[in-house]
Amino acid sequence: MKQIKTINKANLKESAVKGGCGECQASCQSACKTSCTVANQKCENAKR
Amino acid sequence: MIHKYTLNGYNIVIDTNSGAVHVFDDAPFDMLDYLEDSVPEIPPAKMLNTLSHKYDNETLNEAYDELRELYKIGQLYSSDDYEKYAKMMKGAPIKSMCLNIAHDCNLRCEYCFAAKGDFGRGRMLMPFEVAKKAIDFLIEKSEGRHNLEVDFFGGEPLMNFEVVKQVVNYARSIEKKHNKNFRFTITTNGLLLTDDKIDFINKEMSNCVLSLDGRKSVNDRLRVRVDGTGCYDQIVPKFQKLVSERGDKDYYARGTFTKYNLDFTNDVQHMVDLGFEQVSVEPVVSDINLDYSIKENDLPRVFEEYERLAKTIIHRKKEGREFNFFHFMLDLNQGPCAIKRLRGCSCGNEYIAVTPEGDIFPCHQFVGNDELKMGNVIDGTFNVNLKNEFALANIYSKPECKNCWAKFYCSGGCNANNFQYEGNIHKAHKISCELEKKRLECAIMIKAATAD
Repeated sequence: MKQIKTINKANLKESAVKGGCGECQASCQSACKTSCTVANQKCENAKR
Repeated sequence: MIHKYTLNGYNIVIDTNSGAVHVFDDAPFDMLDYLEDSVPEIPPAKMLNTLSHKYDNETLNEAYDELRELYKIGQLYSSDDYEKYAKMMKGAPIKSMCLNIAHDCNLRCEYCFAAKGDFGRGRMLMPFEVAKKAIDFLIEKSEGRHNLEVDFFGGEPLMNFEVVKQVVNYARSIEKKHNKNFRFTITTNGLLLTDDKIDFINKEMSNCVLSLDGRKSVNDRLRVRVDGTGCYDQIVPKFQKLVSERGDKDYYARGTFTKYNLDFTNDVQHMVDLGFEQVSVEPVVSDINLDYSIKENDLPRVFEEYERLAKTIIHRKKEGREFNFFHFMLDLNQGPCAIKRLRGCSCGNEYIAVTPEGDIFPCHQFVGNDELKMGNVIDGTFNVNLKNEFALANIYSKPECKNCWAKFYCSGGCNANNFQYEGNIHKAHKISCELEKKRLECAIMIKAATAD
């Protein structure tokens, strides 16, 4: 494509199918304790 | 649903439901203003008529073909297919615990949400027997989960460090038998750090949160001892030692910004200059009537500052001197799955907090609100109905989130903030939302700028 550059291709739908293992951290544990950003967390699913 | 915005010269388009992120030239970017939730085969006449004054036909035709292509492969105006997963959280195991090991503190930070360390419940240290019961409770309730997270929190956890060590040793002694992997985090203000404690923390804690607000004048204004004096000079060398010996384990130098330092980029830079490359500086969460609170009319200034910080990060990255700012961290490709993203913080469901008395609350920020006490690890009581209520908090249960472009990034925000400031865990806290959206716009722009 010439006028559009894709930084990342869609992957959320695929992740829903293979996801939900629940092995990841609870969301506000890593640093914040006062807010919540889920998208900055690590996925822990070995099978994904 | 899409979100389009221009920042730092980049036209960015986020396709909410697929997670795709694109950088557009002006022509396709303008075309989006004439499309609603699809890219039809025949371009809207109004769009072509209007934009033909600005772009030539070849550019417009090419741009529209590219939009069509994205639409057909599900990376533009993709559908929201996730609501069916929203009710899956009921019955989820508990996997994370905030262990309030000390309801006491040797600082009296003005903005402390824990009422200067005791959560309004009286100063108390957690006895080992209570902590042991809490670990047993977590093992019992975590069936099906391997990774268990335990945060030592307070108050100031180092005021009860012998019990911290006992808890770690106890958990390590039983984790294999139960097929668990404990990961410990400690949050500390640093005053009581010694070489021995640094060694123990660096060996046993997979993450370590070091409280520091940035410049000495900023830190010492609000992070004060009982006698009112600041703590910067005492804590900084200890934090530097801890970090220099930490290897590749996670840590954050973690500060709070308030209305008093809306130029917080300077504090972030100061922390980086001190040698901390993992930095988190976050907005104060407080009653808006307090002097230092971030109020709605401060938002334009805070947004400007987030943009300044984002540009600083890009600049430093290009110079090979990058650092990590927690709230701009975003893994666009391998981040959490959609199911995690829609379920949000999971407080009161997969995550709980335990007080020195053994009382269980949905999270550390709910501690002290007896209306939401969930049980006690000593007498074994646990209110499953309350857990089930929290399990239903997700982006589809929150009307403001359901139709928000940022829903799969922030996942519904902090339920405790929602409860405290909006009166309901399902009602998004407005100021937090605005800040979160701005941070996400900046974080994604950094990705665009550094992908060049």
